[in-house]
Amino acid sequence: MTRLWQFRGGIKLDGNKSLSSEQPIAKANLPQFLILPLLQHIGVPAEPVVKVGDKVLKGQIIAHCQANDCYLKMSVPLHASSSGTVVAIEPHSVPHPSGLTALCIVIETDGRDEWIECSPIIDYTTLSPMTLRQQVAMAGIVGLGGAGFPSHLKLKSAGIDTLIINGAECEPYITCDDRLMREYPDDIVMGAQIFRHILGGTQHCVIAVEDNKPAAYSALLQAAQGRVTVVKVPTLYPTGGEKQLIHVLTGKEIGKAQLPADFGMVVHNIETTRAVYRAVKEGRPLISRVVTVTGNGIEQPQNLEVLLGTPIQVIIDQCGRKSDIKQLIMGGPMMGFTLPHDQLPVIKTTNCLIASSTQAIESPKPTMPCIRCGACAQVCPVNLLPQQLYWYTKAKDFKTAKNYHLFDCIECGCCAYVCPSYLPLVDYYRYAKAEIRANEQERQKANLARNRHEFRTFRLDRDKAEKLARHQAAAAASQPDKQVIIEAALERVKAKKVPNHSEEKPIQEESVH
Amino acid sequence: MPFKLSTAPYLHQANSVAEMMRQVLYALIPGIAMYVWFFGWGIVIHILLTSMTALSCEATLLWLRDRPLRPFLTDNSALVTAWLLGSALPPFAPWWLSVLGTAFALIFAKHLYGGLGYNPFNPAIVGYAMLLISFPSEMMKWPHLASLSGHYPSIVESMSIIFTGQPLGGITLDALSSATPLNTMKTQLNKFHTVTEIKQNPIFSYYGAKGWEWIGSTFFLGGVWLIYKRVITWHIPVAVVGSLFLIASLFFTIDSDRYPSPFFHLFGGGSVMIGAFFIATDPVSAATSNTGKLIYGIGIGILIYIIRTWGGYPDGVAFSVLLMNIAAPLIDYYTQPRVFGH
Ligand code: SF4
Ligand code: SF4
Repeated sequence: MTRLWQFRGGIKLDGNKSLSSEQPIAKANLPQFLILPLLQHIGVPAEPVVKVGDKVLKGQIIAHCQANDCYLKMSVPLHASSSGTVVAIEPHSVPHPSGLTALCIVIETDGRDEWIECSPIIDYTTLSPMTLRQQVAMAGIVGLGGAGFPSHLKLKSAGIDTLIINGAECEPYITCDDRLMREYPDDIVMGAQIFRHILGGTQHCVIAVEDNKPAAYSALLQAAQGRVTVVKVPTLYPTGGEKQLIHVLTGKEIGKAQLPADFGMVVHNIETTRAVYRAVKEGRPLISRVVTVTGNGIEQPQNLEVLLGTPIQVIIDQCGRKSDIKQLIMGGPMMGFTLPHDQLPVIKTTNCLIASSTQAIESPKPTMPCIRCGACAQVCPVNLLPQQLYWYTKAKDFKTAKNYHLFDCIECGCCAYVCPSYLPLVDYYRYAKAEIRANEQERQKANLARNRHEFRTFRLDRDKAEKLARHQAAAAASQPDKQVIIEAALERVKAKKVPNHSEEKPIQEESVH
Repeated sequence: MPFKLSTAPYLHQANSVAEMMRQVLYALIPGIAMYVWFFGWGIVIHILLTSMTALSCEATLLWLRDRPLRPFLTDNSALVTAWLLGSALPPFAPWWLSVLGTAFALIFAKHLYGGLGYNPFNPAIVGYAMLLISFPSEMMKWPHLASLSGHYPSIVESMSIIFTGQPLGGITLDALSSATPLNTMKTQLNKFHTVTEIKQNPIFSYYGAKGWEWIGSTFFLGGVWLIYKRVITWHIPVAVVGSLFLIASLFFTIDSDRYPSPFFHLFGGGSVMIGAFFIATDPVSAATSNTGKLIYGIGIGILIYIIRTWGGYPDGVAFSVLLMNIAAPLIDYYTQPRVFGH
């Protein structure tokens, strides 16, 4: 796998990575309170198994994913990230674009940071892939690149022959994976080997590193010792997108409706790989992650290993808060989102925090009409026509927008980045997608309601007809000479087109309507 | 303290509409300077006239349409229209031709369609075509090349002709005027002269027409600069110039006495280079996808040849662009790129 492909579009961005890339990963301070949301990933929230007042140890499961079979479910358990006492299980605001609150377990730390007993696996190769998958699930590991997809679900072995470890950290500012690759290359290579074992011994394993991280590349190359392939890929946003990276490495295009697994491939993030290594080799669940804290509102931009649940405020203070922070972004500047305040916990998907002072915020430039320059279409990595999508969304013609493949848009923001009219294109697409989804839900609800209503009408009519027939039959039995009247009544009933008692009828009725 | 909320992306490249338009203006300057060198100051006076007219029309219409003045007046798009139109008019054309053409372009071709971004036709070309159809004799009256006639019109003289119609020093306007090389070629061919005979006329040069080849080349350089600055992509200009060159070569090879050489088509006037690099590339009215742009450009190139060779006008650039403007939405529809993974 030496040949590389290039996807269409994409943009070269100023990395701004040197702000935080040159210091070793430091430990974040232990906060007084840890706020742990029950849902930190895509899927179903975990259910608390502790009560207020319980003492917990670091690494102890405090919320479980309904019974013990989470390795099958879209869910993972949650662990206490330090020792202490559960002081509340209540809604708390969480870092999410919606700005909503969610149920959290709050732990007051005791400062001892005392671990539960961990049970490392000395030789994982003696264990079955199934057992290891369970281990990964029970360690609470989800995709740490920002998407938060439960990792064990991506470890079903059937038909996977290529494992890709994604070291293409393509968003500006973010350096946590870079640092991890430099400092823990052995863990990552070992984690990749564990993945391979779980996947049933995949043929190929590639660690892809962007060529703006030469130190990470050579560290990995050295650690790999030929066991896995380390590939340098060109630095181009959004190479770190799962499907874009697969295209760069293999030339295969995975469409909207397809999964890498359909092509025999699976992609895992660098830090996820290290978390798996820890879960297996050290027996430690996922209770911390590396967060890049950067931006010009920070005195000392750096990478910190942060306990999950640590309030963002604590780590910003630790890195030197400048007084003029005006905006706080979680994630990268291209696909991240702003946070309303810093009283929010770090969660499993918090890879980066960018605090900007006044000067750094681009004053929102006045938007101009689209001049159809096509710059957006030149950079769209999915080969869409962003200007057309914009046009139809603006005209509320969502159907046409959908026909122009709106749902293939990965919201990478390349189009908005280059638009000379400063149109907030991605906002329009998000809005259109939400509208279309809402409409579809409405329609489904309406269908359901109509079906129910039709069936009810049918049932009432049927009951009435039955009752009438029964009465008349009874009357006929007592007064045989009234047969004629009964027949007339039955005729009337038929004329009303009341369906008879057979069970197929309602279905035919529905199809008529 | 609450932070400011907004949506991603939080980065933006520096380029703006105003910036792009400014680059277009810069790219026009060398070509315009070349005009001044060969034909005197008339073109500058006309560009001043068209600019003033364009800005005042833009302001008035924005005001009438209740739109914000500042962002649109400073987006430089009205100036681009003005400069393009100004560069296309004969240097001694009467002042009202400039004013009328620009006002028509801004009012009818731009604002009545909804202003910047909504015009299906390039406004400068609409203004030019309107003048060409309504005032053919004024539009055809070009002065002699200064280097040929030995008479270089000064600013004062140019102003006098433009504003009063009277040259200084008892010369008549007719004495100063001649037909353009393209025009001469066309009329002479219609009189069944061969290309070789026609090219005896000193207004022609070895591969184009005297003076014009320099003007065309300078606009070409300005266009290359726009590609380099990523204001335009190469597709449209290459398609226009390439297809015109190819089709002209074909006929030239078949019968070089009836059909002028491909170089004459490219450099017999300034219009092909301005058209290919500055007008056909107007994003608003052109096709947008890369394949679409190629088709659109090829269409223009072929139409230029057809109109020049068999049509009623010596130069076909304006009408070719307009015709392809009409076709642009259709081209866009049929050249949608294949979406990733489909
Ligand atoms: S980049 Fe902006 S102005 Fe240009 S076509 Fe796309 S949406 Fe329109
Ligand atoms: S945000 Fe969507 S439309 Fe815009 S460049 Fe990315 S994928 Fe294309």
